[in-house]
Amino acid sequence: MDQPLPTDHPGSVDHKRRLTALRKRLPPYLLSLPAGLWLLLLFIVPLLIMLSITLKTCSPASGVCVMTWNWGELPHVVNLYHPQFITSLVFAAIATVIDLVISFPIAYWIAFYGGRKKNFFLIMLLVPFFVSFIIRTLVWEFILSNNGIVLTFLKHNHLAPSNFHVLGTGLAVIAGLAYNYLPFTALPLYVALERIDRRVLNAAYDLYANRRAAFMRVILPLTIPGIFAAFLLTFIPAFGDYVNQEILGGTSNTMIGTVIQNLFLIDSDYAGGASLSVVLLIISLLGIWLYARLLGSRTIEEYL
Amino acid sequence: MSTLSSSGTSLATEKEQRRPRHLGRFLLPTYSWLVIAYLVFPIAVMIVYSFNRVISGLQLVSFAWNGFTFQWYRQWSNIPGLTSAFWLTLRLAIVSTIIATIIGTLLAIALVRYRPPKFRGKGAIEQILFLNIAAPEIVMGASLLGLFVTFNVARGFLTLVLAHVMFSIAYVTVTVRARLSGFDLSLEEASYDLGANPFSTFRLVTLPLIMPGVLAGALMAFALSIDDFVTSNFVSGSSVPFPVWVYGASRVGTPPQVFVFGTVIFTVGIVFAILSLGLSRKKD
Repeated sequence: MDQPLPTDHPGSVDHKRRLTALRKRLPPYLLSLPAGLWLLLLFIVPLLIMLSITLKTCSPASGVCVMTWNWGELPHVVNLYHPQFITSLVFAAIATVIDLVISFPIAYWIAFYGGRKKNFFLIMLLVPFFVSFIIRTLVWEFILSNNGIVLTFLKHNHLAPSNFHVLGTGLAVIAGLAYNYLPFTALPLYVALERIDRRVLNAAYDLYANRRAAFMRVILPLTIPGIFAAFLLTFIPAFGDYVNQEILGGTSNTMIGTVIQNLFLIDSDYAGGASLSVVLLIISLLGIWLYARLLGSRTIEEYL
Repeated sequence: MSTLSSSGTSLATEKEQRRPRHLGRFLLPTYSWLVIAYLVFPIAVMIVYSFNRVISGLQLVSFAWNGFTFQWYRQWSNIPGLTSAFWLTLRLAIVSTIIATIIGTLLAIALVRYRPPKFRGKGAIEQILFLNIAAPEIVMGASLLGLFVTFNVARGFLTLVLAHVMFSIAYVTVTVRARLSGFDLSLEEASYDLGANPFSTFRLVTLPLIMPGVLAGALMAFALSIDDFVTSNFVSGSSVPFPVWVYGASRVGTPPQVFVFGTVIFTVGIVFAILSLGLSRKKD
């Protein structure tokens, strides 16, 4: 990158030398400036504003807010909305575990037996993403509704009682979450399984491991970081999701995302919404921090 | 290893071939195809019902199969709100993809090429990127709304572009960086040795080499933008993108044209994916 300056460049030798030094030093900063600035102003600053809204105390009479570093607002909203937090936690956890169980075998199959069709199968795993998230969820509403395809079939064949319904229950929300976030689980698992060195596996067989032992003592331990990454990448968005709850869950089983959305967009209660968002962010960061502590901070990026 | 393990290896391959075959040839494939069927099922329902006749007065999707029709494809633009929302989403996706791809690629180049003594703050930028990908979307959307309200920014197309570029940058950078890490710097040095300046080196050597990564990043940004609901719902204001419109309409009743748009977007996307698959195979 050492560019000689044009010889007719005006200024003293010292000036020239400083300019060259500057030219050599600037590139990384110039290259990262636009994206860095964009993220700073539209990602970091908004988060800080939200935190400051949480920590301020407003007088109800005059509406004037003063920064009081009032951290007590956070436990207060957790307490106020703890049923919704618990619902979110339980629904997201169940959906994530279902996704892990469903996608581990298929990720394993594609990684070890996919052969030349690997990419084709990966596209099939990603197929839900080719349909808009909202439409996907609407179609599930359509499918699971009382006179929809599935229930009509079940009831017609007397496989379910005639008053049986799914829509408007937690079951429908969990099913929607599990469907919508399955690719987020399957892909990190695939990456982890794909990365296992086949020679290590052969070594296990050389040492007279049977299939079960090779799986339990070689494949599974090597996949643990991937399983954790898959868990986080599925659980965090599912935890904050409110679309599935609003479309499939009806008015029952309110999740925390719904509360935040309503506080911001319907009640215009920015202080309450901001506090809940901060709590949600803290919970997500705790999960990531835990991952970094246990498995190293760099590894999770490899699964993105 | 050679003499000792030759028998061991043959034993291992024998074992490997004998036992996994059962699982690998029957159980796992059957299971995997069932999972794929589960993933495809709602999409198939959407496609099939986009051809469903409507017999009641209101033109909304119905659960009963009333017969095959092309009516909704012929009348795809009959719902003005839906059509304009779709064009808005398309314009938004194109604008935000272009911006996010350019600045995200520049950032990726900086992250791959330079290290701390020369590039202070690299670690901080990487952590911000990671936080951006990991943070729940509702938190980002809500905090953007807080920002726009605090600074009295009218919500509309501009705020949508600001938001969509914001959540796309990190994905573009991560994608481009992954492709860039195997880049052979001596190719650029050769270009300089042959008298090229930094600009033409970038245009003629660097850019063509990283182009697959840049395109993958751009596709990612486009897909994220076209599909986004949560953030858009917070910052859209007067201009309503496609997913936000569909969500609003669905609370009253979904017009069949929504399934038509869904089917068309799906078909275009899947054709693109398969074409890029074919292209990458040809290159290999």
